[in-house]
Amino acid sequence: MEDLTLRHTTRERARGNRQMAIIGVVASGNLEVLTERVLPENECVVEIRTAAEGFGEVWAAVVADFVERHSPGGIRFAINDGGARPDTVSLRLAQAARLMESDQ
Amino acid sequence: MIAAHPQARPSAGPDLSTSWYEASARTRVRLLLDPSSFREIIGPEQREVSPHLRLFDLPEQFDDGIVVGTGRLDGKPVLVAAQEGRFMGGAFGEVHGAKLTGLLRAARDAASASVLILFDTGGVRLQEANAGELAIAEIMRAVIEARLAGVKVIGLIGGRSGCYGGGGLIAGCCSALVVSEQGRIAVSGPEVIETNRGVDEFDSRDRALVWRTMGGKHRRLAGGADVFVDDRVDAFRAAALDLIASSGSFGLHTLEAEQARLADRLRRFGACQDSLDIWAEEGVADAASVPGMPADQFIALADKVWRIPRDAR
Amino acid sequence: MTPDDVLDSLFPAGHDVRKEAGLLFGSAELPSGGKVLVVGVADRTPVGVDEAIRLSGHVLAAMNEEPSPILVIVDSDSQRMAKRDEMLGLNEFLSHLAKCLIFADLSGRPTIGILYGHSAAGAFLATALATRVLVGLPSADPVVMDLPSMSRVTKLPVEVLQEKAKSTPVFAPGLANLAQTGAVHLTWDVATPLSDQLEALLAAMPDSVDRRGALGKERGGRPKAMDVAERVRTLALQGL
Repeated sequence: MEDLTLRHTTRERARGNRQMAIIGVVASGNLEVLTERVLPENECVVEIRTAAEGFGEVWAAVVADFVERHSPGGIRFAINDGGARPDTVSLRLAQAARLMESDQ
Repeated sequence: MIAAHPQARPSAGPDLSTSWYEASARTRVRLLLDPSSFREIIGPEQREVSPHLRLFDLPEQFDDGIVVGTGRLDGKPVLVAAQEGRFMGGAFGEVHGAKLTGLLRAARDAASASVLILFDTGGVRLQEANAGELAIAEIMRAVIEARLAGVKVIGLIGGRSGCYGGGGLIAGCCSALVVSEQGRIAVSGPEVIETNRGVDEFDSRDRALVWRTMGGKHRRLAGGADVFVDDRVDAFRAAALDLIASSGSFGLHTLEAEQARLADRLRRFGACQDSLDIWAEEGVADAASVPGMPADQFIALADKVWRIPRDAR
Repeated sequence: MTPDDVLDSLFPAGHDVRKEAGLLFGSAELPSGGKVLVVGVADRTPVGVDEAIRLSGHVLAAMNEEPSPILVIVDSDSQRMAKRDEMLGLNEFLSHLAKCLIFADLSGRPTIGILYGHSAAGAFLATALATRVLVGLPSADPVVMDLPSMSRVTKLPVEVLQEKAKSTPVFAPGLANLAQTGAVHLTWDVATPLSDQLEALLAAMPDSVDRRGALGKERGGRPKAMDVAERVRTLALQGL
């Protein structure tokens, strides 16, 4: 198992006021993303727990791209990975960010 | 097969006609209960994960594969547990099981709210086999304690992992069960029977055989489940409400009626070679047409054949 | 130990327990006076629909008599793995047996399981694990999931599983593991007559509250179960 922590500063805070959301399932080829609005507004942290070791650079690239696109300031993302492909990871992160910005 | 909702809504989210089978545990709970009424207990942000999966280099899930909490069903308070069948096959581990145990003990102590168990499980989680089995034993006892306190415990079965192993035993302790076409209920899984007894005893790759022997339609016709529904959230919701209202009290009279019911089943069908013979014996005119029959037609047929007496189980 | 060894050591003054097609039925007088009902599975018999219905019938018959403790004596295989039993609704038959035992226990008939041989999976749940107190004899060999089956499913060699089993009691078979996780309350020794140990247990019988979570925590086999269950119970009551 490998644990990764990726920290970023962001341009903006993630919109909305939702405090917590959960997306996805830890199944083969899938992942779950837990989001919590607990950080300072220009910070974003992504914590990853994965059984696939040695893909740190891929995760870093996917996350960097996501942060650049969505600017999810103030949000901590915690991921349990079931062996998802990078495009699935991007999809889930985007879903999670959208959920946090939604009205509830 | 499932009609799309006539009014398209701007936010394309699931609605009550959503497939139960396709929905996640969280979606099932959210759509089953009254809108915005669900309050999760020990939710994912608590990170109450399995302490045992790391030993096997397996990923955890923050809710350990089960969602539990309180909510309302048609205005009345209910306690709900929903298994996520896609995480480790919905199998019972230490934490997963303990969440359901605690929920049932709350039901017993409050003696006022019904319990809905949304089963989706292959049974015991191998990597935590002893803890999973023990959890199931504790849950079975807690179901009986709750029922003795007057609580209705309704099981809903229609997910991809079915209701196998110890899950099947917990289901057998419930006040009543709702099942769909996709639901299966059994103790040993098809592969386990084949591995232990050979392919002539049970060909696990023969899907039609699996469904005839363990599937929702058979369970409804043979009395293993009380109500058969179409694969839709609103159908499960309506059935759950109906069973909460109509399920009887639990006591010695129930057990005696159940003993008679099961003994009678053995007497009538104990020599049958296949479920087709059981259905024919029950008066189904064209037993071979049952597996392919659409839900509404099957429901009408099953109701003509028989309805489970509310005094047993 | 044979079933007769167990029964004779439990009831040196005699008993009327008979074995019929691998199942045990009967009763015995206790030295202190009072009766005890005996039901059980012997000779590693699998528990299928035919076995379960007879066992549950025997337990239910006792419900119309004077309350007395019920001993559930077990050396079973797993549940019967067969098309016929599943087709006929094995889960209902096994659940019904467990329900009868649990109901009896909650109605003034304390149930004591005595595991002297094997048991596994669904049969284990419907018999030994459906009692208030489960006693293991040194010859007991309970299995929830056997290592060869686990090896097939996980694709890990049995040797690897055995190695992992050294660091946790949570998955591998055996009396010690089932005791540490809280399933088996106590182990009796066979150097002392079982009748003495039974008498001591009956004199100090705990109430019907399920304490297996506490045992699992105390003994380190299930560190989280009791606390998680209690937290959920408390929070759910608050939420209603």
